[in-house]
Amino acid sequence: MYFNPRIEQKIVRTVLWLFTFITVAILVFIVVFILRKGLPVVNWEFLSRNPLDMGKAGGVFSTIVGTIALTLMALVVATPLGVGTAIFLTEYTFENRLTRIIRFGAECLAGIPSIIFGLFGFILFVTKLKFGWSILSGGLTLAFMILPTIIRTSEEAIRSVPESYRQVSFSLGSTKWQTVSRVVLPSALPGIVTGVILSIGRSIGETAAVIFTAGSVLRLPSSIFSSSRTMAVHFYILAREGISMPMAYGTAAILVIAILVINLATYYLMEKFIRRYS
Amino acid sequence: MLNKINLEVFHNEILGIIGPAASGKTTFLRSLNRLNDLRPGSRVEGTIEIDGQDIYAPEVSVVELRRRLGMVFATPVPLPRSIYENVIFGNRLAGMRNKHELDDLVERSLEQVGLWGEVADRLDSSACKLSGGQQQRLCIARILALRPEFILLDEPTSGLDPISTMKIEDSLNRLKKDYSIILVTNNTKQAARVADRTAFFLSGELIEIGPSDKIFTAPANPKTNDYVSGRFG
Repeated sequence: MYFNPRIEQKIVRTVLWLFTFITVAILVFIVVFILRKGLPVVNWEFLSRNPLDMGKAGGVFSTIVGTIALTLMALVVATPLGVGTAIFLTEYTFENRLTRIIRFGAECLAGIPSIIFGLFGFILFVTKLKFGWSILSGGLTLAFMILPTIIRTSEEAIRSVPESYRQVSFSLGSTKWQTVSRVVLPSALPGIVTGVILSIGRSIGETAAVIFTAGSVLRLPSSIFSSSRTMAVHFYILAREGISMPMAYGTAAILVIAILVINLATYYLMEKFIRRYS
Repeated sequence: MLNKINLEVFHNEILGIIGPAASGKTTFLRSLNRLNDLRPGSRVEGTIEIDGQDIYAPEVSVVELRRRLGMVFATPVPLPRSIYENVIFGNRLAGMRNKHELDDLVERSLEQVGLWGEVADRLDSSACKLSGGQQQRLCIARILALRPEFILLDEPTSGLDPISTMKIEDSLNRLKKDYSIILVTNNTKQAARVADRTAFFLSGELIEIGPSDKIFTAPANPKTNDYVSGRFG
């Protein structure tokens, strides 16, 4: 079968445009749908008050706090571990069997369904280590879940720092760690941050891993040993148990907005950072 | 892979090293400041001495050593920082903090490569925005700020235009009264222009070394003659 290359070009162009359009349209549809259903119940009261009557009334304040606490907990644990592992794999070892095994392990970890992490976290943190249903247990479980993403993206980012930077740094009399901390990491930061943002998104939206480990208590958490409910879990319970669909959509709307805001804020900060350093 | 290389570098001279690609010029240069140590599986036999001290001896600090042998690479590599921070990068690593000293150092180092007049008013802007030739002179200023004893240049003008090249060659001529310079170049004419002595490398071996006049007009070895007259390379 023969196509005139010019016609072929037009067809391919149209098809690719259509694919892009469909992708964007789906995204816009979801966001608009959720905001339209959810925004009517969102007001200052909704944001600032704790849920009442299982979530039928009141607001979602405690679940916002719970979400932030869990996500922070996960990031505080997973970022140093993940970035540290990535630095070790790229800068402190030569490629060998061990690094390949570690990388393979991290990739397998990334493919495990989150509910398995939930179960694992429940067995290890909640029961074995007796942390109970708590922000600590949930945060650690989320940390394990996002660790592979952080390792992988950090590794890519560090690898893409030009070798010549390292050569120059060493030739000017730097130690390994000086090179890593002053040259490699600043250059790799945008990539590392991208990985961290992806992880934040995953943590905020996670239900299965969290419901088993942080519980679903509606009270405002008072310490990392308090059980807490995240927005995603709150949404799941409200919708699943038919408690209140308007409240569920309100929660969903805030979740969507939060993720948008986090992304925008980070990209803005990143822009500023890159302009300063290059 | 280098073999049978035996040469001396004198104070205050420019030693040119010429030879075709893969003749071991860069490897030689990198074994002087031990940058080859970073390659997996690199191995050194024989000795390299500075003023009688073996630089591969276990008590030698590689970090100190590299400060004594400043290196300029084939492509200019400004670090993604300001011009100012690029110049004093090595000094900061060494723990220098005094703002006045650093300011002085920046001015003097840039002055030495003829860059001060061109960038004095924008020291805080990114070094990556300079032209290629300016970037390469910045790289030289960056090692001068460390007050090294040797300057190792690895084809420093290979990507530059003739005017930038001339500026760098001028700087080298001025610098040789204070430093010992080793200039690796794949441009034989450059060696003829600026080097006091020239060494010819081929397949990892030193074929001939001598005063540049002699190497370029009456070399002892026929291979040298073939190379400098352009019969191969």
